[in-house]
Amino acid sequence: MAIKDWIRERFFPHIWCPGCGHGMVLNALLHTFESLGISKNEIVMVSGIGCSSRISGYVDVHTLHTIHGRALAFATGVKMSRPDLNVIVPMGDGDALAIGGNHFIHSARRNININAIVMNNRVYGMTGGQYSPLSGYGTLATTAPFINIDHAFDISRLSMAAGATFVARTTTYHTKQMSELFKEAILHEGFSVVEVLTQCPTYFGRKNKAGNAVEMIKSFKNNTTQIGSKAKEQNPDLIERGIFLQKDLPEYSREYDKVIERAKTKKR
Amino acid sequence: MTGTLKFVQGNEACVEGALYAGLQFFAGYPITPSTEIAETLASKLPQIGGKFIQMEDEIASMCAIIGASLTGSKSMTATSGPGFSLMQEALGYAIMAEIPCVIANVQRGGPSTGLPTKVAQGDVMQARWGTHGDHAIVVLTASNNQDVFNITIEAFNVAETYRTPVILLFDEVVAHMRERLTVPEKNEIPLVERLQTSVKEGVDYHPYLPREDGRLPMSDFGGVHRYNVTGLYHDMWGFPTATPAIVDGLIHHLTDKIRNNVHVITKFKEYYLEDSSTVLISYGSAARSALHHVLNRRKRGENIGLIELQTLWPFHGELIREKCKNARLIVVVEMNLGQLYRQVKMAVDRPERVFLANRVDGVFITPTDIKNMLRLIQGRGV
Ligand SMILES: Cc1ncc(C[n+]2csc(CCOP(=O)(O)OP(=O)(O)O)c2C)c(N)n1
Ligand code: SF4
Ligand SMILES: [Mg+2]
Repeated sequence: MAIKDWIRERFFPHIWCPGCGHGMVLNALLHTFESLGISKNEIVMVSGIGCSSRISGYVDVHTLHTIHGRALAFATGVKMSRPDLNVIVPMGDGDALAIGGNHFIHSARRNININAIVMNNRVYGMTGGQYSPLSGYGTLATTAPFINIDHAFDISRLSMAAGATFVARTTTYHTKQMSELFKEAILHEGFSVVEVLTQCPTYFGRKNKAGNAVEMIKSFKNNTTQIGSKAKEQNPDLIERGIFLQKDLPEYSREYDKVIERAKTKKR
Repeated sequence: MTGTLKFVQGNEACVEGALYAGLQFFAGYPITPSTEIAETLASKLPQIGGKFIQMEDEIASMCAIIGASLTGSKSMTATSGPGFSLMQEALGYAIMAEIPCVIANVQRGGPSTGLPTKVAQGDVMQARWGTHGDHAIVVLTASNNQDVFNITIEAFNVAETYRTPVILLFDEVVAHMRERLTVPEKNEIPLVERLQTSVKEGVDYHPYLPREDGRLPMSDFGGVHRYNVTGLYHDMWGFPTATPAIVDGLIHHLTDKIRNNVHVITKFKEYYLEDSSTVLISYGSAARSALHHVLNRRKRGENIGLIELQTLWPFHGELIREKCKNARLIVVVEMNLGQLYRQVKMAVDRPERVFLANRVDGVFITPTDIKNMLRLIQGRGV
């Protein structure tokens, strides 16, 4: 299949601003699907609300565009009902970790086989540039016109602590790595989190004088490094990319088979 | 009716009804007085290969049943006041995206945490208007275990027929009262299964193009048709749009499919209306006391009757007007400050005939309460 066969051309043009990183995530995801050789009918994409969440509508798979922050809860219903389907949940940073934070940690805790993708642009793009729980101390936003005094989550550490069994990070500069991580995450049996540092030039970029889209993407090249690299030792401020955790633990929707088996034999 | 005889709580009667209807997926979060529904299903669903999951909250529970329903599983959740409040946004999503599902709200005293273990019927208007925006909704109720069983099956049937969430509005007394229940043999009560599309693989399927009769044949997620489902206004492919003509068409489709079928959806029972100059209107556990009072007074030759509503929404105003046209006195018996009372007042001619007999102190309204209030209404003193 060609990449464009994964797309619903009928629904174009897309809603994203020129230079938005969300389209780059879409592109990487389509390459992943293409390389995995799974059928479209076996994929369900569930998303919430935000610029990032619109990604699902453009892909020619089963797509469920839900409400703000709750995509993982909808996805849990899909997965429990049809454990054989691949369930992928792209989310914005606000969607996943502000309003959806509770569902995020509980999905991780259950280790349900859902692939969470957090498109982290450190801002509420869709509503026009308010600060998110990933904006970070000292940034500016329409709702932090003087200085943001909120500290940011570390998505990887949060995910690992909550029980996710595959945790990784990359950026829109590293598109090849992004596709590879998506692939590993989809093949992983359990709850996976791939955080993608992405750019919102329209709001985060402009407010924080982070430059245009190209400059923002380049900054990901300069302020990140592969996990365990020498560069990190020399410059601890660098953000690490790569796979933080990949471990095998029983997966939730399959574990439920045990409940059924015990229930049927009335074993407690 | 043949079948198995049981001695159960109302909450268990609801579970029996749901299983009879073909429930396959339940997601919920514990809350009094609905918890027994979750507990019973946690045990019964896996025994038949179904799925039970205790979610992190009621928001997640409501979302999970929508996801499960989209894959073709008959799905439900159960909750009470505070949890029902949390479900409102996702409930609106199910209305907009036309996803069949059933929500049991076992009412307790509100607002807020209110009276967790006491009876009330204060969520009638919340069930109607709790989620934002213009919309239609189906809300069913019952006053005894056999009816709880039947109306729960009806809820699943209505949900599948109209592709809509259906709310079961029970109350603490009905939920916790132990009574006889006869579970009929399989096939004795007709079930509505999901209407599947006949569109073949590879042919353009329009998930949101209603048939002439207003029904939407579905294709389950995971099947051969891939489409978009959204809570935004959407076109026949399920893709977001703000085109005024499509928005206008959709909001009317969503409300008309319920409104236009109010006569089909409405379930009620009537007692002695033919010659009644006094008509009581009640529902849920309050209707038990209302009926008790009617039977008492009939023995003394009084011309008094009862309409017990089992469908609260859509509200069948025409039916109420017709049934009450010869009554001199219409008394709505309910355990709230007059939520259905106002509706009845709007429906009937000469609304000055309509009065309210209620209790809102967490104590079950008794036949004696009703008798005393009627005497006051009639100016006879207690
Ligand atoms: C319950 C609810 N609250 C608020 C909103 C408004 N809202 C829509 S998107 C959004 C934030 C989006 O930010 P993020 O998830 O980071 O996605 P982005 O647009 O940045 O990709 C908010 C607050 C909403 N749709 N629903
Ligand atoms: S506002 Fe930001 S996140 Fe939204 S589309 Fe534009 S660039 Fe992308
Ligand atoms: Mg964002």
